[in-house]
Amino acid sequence: MKTLKWFIGAVVLTVIIGLILFKPLPFLFYKELPYLGLVGRAIYIIILSCALCLYRIWKGPTGADRIVAIDMLGIMIVGLCAILTVSTGRSWYIDIGIAWALQSFISTLALSKYLEGRGFDE
Amino acid sequence: MNSIIGLVFISVGLAFDVFGCLGLVRLPDVYNRLQAATKCVTLGTCSILFGMFLMVGFVGAGIKALLCILFLILTSPVAAHAIARGAHRAGVKLWDGSVVDKYKEDKEGEA
Repeated sequence: MKTLKWFIGAVVLTVIIGLILFKPLPFLFYKELPYLGLVGRAIYIIILSCALCLYRIWKGPTGADRIVAIDMLGIMIVGLCAILTVSTGRSWYIDIGIAWALQSFISTLALSKYLEGRGFDE
Repeated sequence: MNSIIGLVFISVGLAFDVFGCLGLVRLPDVYNRLQAATKCVTLGTCSILFGMFLMVGFVGAGIKALLCILFLILTSPVAAHAIARGAHRAGVKLWDGSVVDKYKEDKEGEA
């Protein structure tokens, strides 16, 4: 069983490193800035981090682990919106980032009050 | 020149994100995971946003990125503190190797 887990992890890491090295994402429209191929490759690293967070949401022993992972996922999606703003040159992605940060903060507070086991009024 | 400095900031932020999520998977306890994940991922995302501000300059998107940095720095510690307090009050056990629990001692001293 442990060998199978190590094998799956090695395959996933090899695929992501190969994608980063050989196949940057093709939507690079903002021609005025140099070095944009590197920014397009950065999205794969964010996807790897989100996969680690999803593993913790799937496997977390208590509810608090899942809430921590959901909070991390919300903050990282703001970073993903920033990278998309640079790499595509469309400035409305950062508006999505600001709105996502707001609702992620509110939902984290509500989930932690639910975890505490008391009413929302106190 | 600005785009090179912005790329350095974005790379540092990505490294912080990956290491924070690695800590989220590998550490043994809710409180340890919170300590690793919250600080690393918040700083990494703020670094990515600042690199993006350096790359696009003083246009609307850059100003919005600075606003987003300010908002994240203000709200992320509040959310982390709320999660830790809720988990401790809900009775989530500490890890066996933990040495001190000041919050429990404080509540017992009050009662």
